Formats: sequence, structure tokens, C-alpha cells
Amino acid sequence: MYEVNVKNKRNLTPTQKPKNENSIMKFLNSKKVVPYVFVFPFIVSFTILTLYPTIQAFMMSFQRILPGQIEFIGLQNYERIFNQTFYKALFNSTIYTILTVLILVSVPIILAILLDSKLVKFKTIFRSALFIPALTSIVVAGVIFRLVFAGSENAIANQIVGFFGFEPVSWQFTAWSGMFLMVIMASWRWMGVNVLYFLAGLQSIPKELYESAEIDGANLFQKFRNVTLPFLKPIIIFVTTISIIGGFRVFEESYVIWQGNSPGNIGLTLVGLLYQEGIQQNDMGFGAAIGVVLLILIFIISIIYLLLTGAFKRGDE
Amino acid sequence: MKKKSLSFFSVLLLSFVLLLAACSGGGSEAKPTNSDDVKTAGSDIEDATELSFWTFAGTHADFYANAAERWNEQNPDKPIKLTVENYPFDQMHNNLLMALQSGSGAPDLVDIELAKFSNFLKGDVQLEPLNDLIEPELDKFIPERVSIYEKDGNYYGAPTHLGASVVYYNMEIMDEAGVDIDEIKTWDDYVEAGKKVVEVTGKPMTTIATNWYGIWPFAAQRGSDFFDENGELTLDSKENIETLEFVNALVNEHKIAEIAPGNGYHSEEFYGFMNDGGQASLVIPMFYMKDFTTYMPDLEGKVQIRPMPKWSDSEYQSATMGGTGTAVTSQSKHIDLAKEFLYFAKLSKEGNIQLWTELGFDPPRWDVWEEPEMKEDNVYYQYFHKDIFDILLTVKDNVAGIQISEYTPDVLSEIDSNIMHKVLREQNATPEEALKESADTIRQKMGSN
Repeated sequence: MYEVNVKNKRNLTPTQKPKNENSIMKFLNSKKVVPYVFVFPFIVSFTILTLYPTIQAFMMSFQRILPGQIEFIGLQNYERIFNQTFYKALFNSTIYTILTVLILVSVPIILAILLDSKLVKFKTIFRSALFIPALTSIVVAGVIFRLVFAGSENAIANQIVGFFGFEPVSWQFTAWSGMFLMVIMASWRWMGVNVLYFLAGLQSIPKELYESAEIDGANLFQKFRNVTLPFLKPIIIFVTTISIIGGFRVFEESYVIWQGNSPGNIGLTLVGLLYQEGIQQNDMGFGAAIGVVLLILIFIISIIYLLLTGAFKRGDE
Repeated sequence: MKKKSLSFFSVLLLSFVLLLAACSGGGSEAKPTNSDDVKTAGSDIEDATELSFWTFAGTHADFYANAAERWNEQNPDKPIKLTVENYPFDQMHNNLLMALQSGSGAPDLVDIELAKFSNFLKGDVQLEPLNDLIEPELDKFIPERVSIYEKDGNYYGAPTHLGASVVYYNMEIMDEAGVDIDEIKTWDDYVEAGKKVVEVTGKPMTTIATNWYGIWPFAAQRGSDFFDENGELTLDSKENIETLEFVNALVNEHKIAEIAPGNGYHSEEFYGFMNDGGQASLVIPMFYMKDFTTYMPDLEGKVQIRPMPKWSDSEYQSATMGGTGTAVTSQSKHIDLAKEFLYFAKLSKEGNIQLWTELGFDPPRWDVWEEPEMKEDNVYYQYFHKDIFDILLTVKDNVAGIQISEYTPDVLSEIDSNIMHKVLREQNATPEEALKESADTIRQKMGSN
């Protein structure tokens, strides 16, 4: 009976169509064309805002660019990239990436599980409280962080440190604390977003699985290990990938703390170096070369990571 | 069906909006969007020619707006409407680079700081030569003040001041310590006086900025510099190493100096610290008077200016430092008028007198130095003391100049982010090691270009 009804409906639909529809609309709304119509805005914005600048940057990296004098200089820009400053920037960016990936994947999972459990009250408040930093202007956040982590004894961070009996720290001037500042700022900023991803992931785990696990006598940790984690795997892969990419692209965290020039380059990141060389020192060709190296680096690391986690196989399954 | 066509339209609309956004992004001028403050002069005059001006110093903005008012009074036949926009230092220079590189969006006139100036002299210079303004009166200018903005015989910048370095003494602290500042003749005397100050008052004799202010004036006054006349890098020369050793000793050996709060002499932290009587003296160019009157009102009447103490092996009593060059961009639609106004505001005799009376800048034209207007009472005489200009006159024959190279911005950036930090703050490199390492980095860059 049911089948018949559906069939009837299908048969009925065309006859109910208004006859005055013009043929262009018909064409655009046809099943073959409509997907392209939907991706069209993306294709346009991608071509203009991403693809074109990327190709342009690639070309610029082989040039010396000065007003009115654009000169092809082959690989010269690339030849001088690999110096101490670049390695320092690469080192900083790598450490930063590792730390942010560790923190921004593990902590949000735990927070998401807590927010999803029945133990926590006022969930909405916590959820929004965690998400608000993502909406805050990074420049404003930078000013506040600079004040909190100022060098004087009276700054908030040093008061806390002093409470535990430690000497005041000159946060913005030592290597470890500089990195700490950048990581803590990024963690504070992106925590809420990642919590949202994991919360969404948790919704898709069937409750029956937990019930049957309980019947099998699994404890809290075993449930987490054998039920929650496998289901969250695609989300974890996704969040880790964007964290890796975001980590190597870090610029604002460093810029708002040190305004471009950090003491002893403790806060110099790859994009910071690109900005310094390309824009501050007016060497756009060299800046573009750094950008291309960064692009290749992120590409390789992401591909390796995705291969290792088997993300490409998902389509074949 | 209705739903489908609706979604289709929304998609169309969205792509249209995106397209528009992309177009406007490409076509619009590279004009910065968030100017801190804008000053206009002559906006009430009909058919006045519009000129735009970018600067990074609020005090300069007032100066040019006032100059435009005077211009309009004296030139009713060619009035101008001057819009002076004031941006943060880095932002202004970056935006200008972008505008000049891309060929649109630059202002008619712009203030370019010395540390950044050579960035704008690369390639086909997008600034207008000012030779026809400067050359007829070249002998009236202190030559090296115009030559720092020169490339291939063309002068691209109008100097703002001589920038002679002096020492500002906080007399409350010096008196408390019982030091007679007129007895401080050499840097050795300065160190001895500093020890006395620290002992009696517990306050540092001075603070050292971790940027070029903490080394360049000392090095230049010694007759040394970061580049020689042939443009060769001399950052790691014996004299510079000794100079940095001296500065380092002030902080880490004699303990009579500290690192400047906020790392520099133009930070809020420093202004507050100095204003509260935090340090006994400050070595900085004369142009800092304006900062005293603007940001340190509590020190009025307590500060005495003296020439720098001398090095034992050099006769120089001062060194010219810093300096903003005002330029006319090639993108200007009214180049001649802009140049004429620039001459009026800054290069003429009257302009130079205004630089002193309004901004407290030691004028780069020496032929105004003896003018009676220079001795007339103004805010600076009131804030400091009667003979401030006479001090300039006594040192004027013994002022060391500076050498500027295409790579000066690189040197200053190395000083800022590496040298001073490693030597003074971290103390994990000797002055020699730090200077040599940075010099190698810059030589590598110079060699490859």
C-alpha cells in the first residue's frame, strides 16, 4: 500500500508543475546542473581570492619586486631563505603547532564529554562562555594579555606566580614564556570552537552502545576508550588537521604581543618572518618565497598525517 | 518547486555579492580604513585644491594643519584644503609601501621616518625629487640632514630637524645626589656621577632603550657608525663593539642604568616612569622636548639640558639622530602645488622658525639659528630653561652625522630584536658576539642582492 502511495505521488508531481516556467530555469534546476550552480559562488571566490593570489605569489617568489622594476631572478630568493632566522621561525612555528595540537585536541574532548554528560549544570552558559573568545577581536585580546602578563610585579600573572612563592617572570622577554603566551592565547581563543566540533561528534554516538558496554561491565575509562574515541575519530582527524594548518599559519598571536619585532626573535613565526621580510623590509619576492615554502611544508605535513590516519580510505569503504 | 527557485535565487544573489566584494577589493584604493585622527585645514574655502597628507606623529599633524592655515592666508589665489591623517607608525609605512608598489592610493604628501626611508628609495623611486627646492639654498642646510634622503643626486625628503643628541637631567634627583651637572664633561664623569646618584637616591642614572636609541647616539658621537661612506657595513667595528661594551657596562657592570620600561623612550610605560622621577638623566636628541611638554607635565621646571659628555678619543659633543623626511609622492595630481606647500611649511626660513616655536625641533637650516625668533619665549623656554638654544649653538660645530644605507632598516631591526636583547637583557652574548652575528646576517643579505 505504502509503495503504491509513493509511486502515485511521484507520478503526480510533474502534472502539478506550473506550465509557465521558462526553459532557462528548468535547465538550471535540472539535476545535472544544479550542483554546479550551488558550488559556483565557492568556485568564484576561491578562484579570485585564493587560486589567483597563490599563482601570483608563486610567480613573485622568482622575482625581485620593486616599484616599477620587476625582475626575474630565478632561484635567488629561495637560495637565501634557509638561514638562522628562518630556522628560528620554523622552530617556533613547529613547537607552537605541536603544543596547540596537543592542547586543542585533548582538552576540548574532555570538556565536550563533560558538557555532554548529565553531571554538569548550566550547560548553555558554559558552552557560550567557552565560545565567546572565538568572537573576540584578537587585537583586544592581545592588549589584555599584554597587561595580564606584563613584566611588573603588580601584573595579574606575576601576582599569581608570587602567591606560590616564585620570582616575578618577565613574560614577554624569555623564550619559554613567550611561547607559553602564544599557546595560551591560541588555546583560549580556539577552545570553544573545537568543543563545538566534538559536541557535535558526541551527538552521533548511539546511546545503545554505552548501554551494552555497561552490561558487559565496562568502566568509565573503557567506555571512553572503546566507544567514544572510535566514534570521534573522524572529528579528531579533522580538528587535528585544521590545528596543524592553523598552527603553521600562526601570526596574530605573535603580532599582537610584540608588534612584529620580538626580543631575540622568541616570537618569530614563519608568517611573521614573511610579514617582516615582505612588507616591513619591502622585499615582496622574498616574502612570497617564504610563503611558497610554507605552503609546501603545510601540504606535506597534512598529507602525511592524513595518510597515517587513513583518512583517504574513508571514501572507498 | 518554489523552494528550489528560491534557493537558486539566493545562490545567485550570494555569488553576485561575492563578485561585487571581489571587484571592489581589487579596484578600490589601498587607503587605510581606520585612521586614528584626521585634521583638516582650509575646508571652508571654495575651490581649494585638495591635498592629502599621511603622518605617524600627532604633533606633526597639528604642525601641517597650522601651516596650511597660514598658507591660505598668504596665498588667497591658490588655496589648499589639506587633510592630514595620522596613523600608527608601522601601519602608515606599510600602507605607503603597498600604495606606491601598486600604483594607487598614496597621499600627496607623506612623512617617512629615517629608519624606513631607504625602503622607499629602492627601484624606480615613487617620490618626487625636491632638488629645485633644496639646491638653490643647499648651503643654508646642514648638508648631511638633506643627504640622508638622497639617492643618485636627487633629494627626496624635506628634513624635520637637526636631531642633535643632548642629555636631559632631572635636577631634583641630581641635587639630591649632590651632583653638579656642569662638572660632567666626559663619559667617565657621567659614570662616576651615576654611581653617586644610585648610592644616594637609589634611582638609576639613566635607562637604556633596547632599540637604536640605546646605541646609535653613543656610537655616532664617537665618530663611528653602522656603515662607512662607501656603504660597507661596519656594524661590528672595534669602535661599535667598545661602544656597546660601554652601554652594557652601564647596565650590567656599574649598575647605574636599567633597561627602559616598555623597551623604548616613546612608550606609555616610559613616559609614566620618567614623569614620576624614575631616572636621573636621559640621553636623547633635542626633538624629545616635545615629548616632555606633552607627556611629562610634572617635570616642568625640573629638567636641565646639557650637551652629551665627551669620549676621550673624540671631539664630537653631539650626534644627529633620527629624522623624518617629508616627501611628495609621484601619484600626486598636484605635484607642483604640493612641493610649493612643502617648501613653505618646512624648508623655508619661516617654516624652520615654526619648527622650533611649535615643535621644539632644532631647525635643519642653520641660517635661522641666529634669528631673534629663536630666542623669543615659547613653551619650551618655559618648561626647560632660558639658554636651551644657546646649548645648540655651542655644540653646532661638533655634531657627528650619520651614514644611511639601503640596509639601514635591516641593521635597526637586528638591533631591536637581537643585539640589545642578547647583550643587555639576556646577557648570553658579549657585545662582540652579538654584533658579529648580526653583521654576518646582514652581510649575507647584502651579498645576495
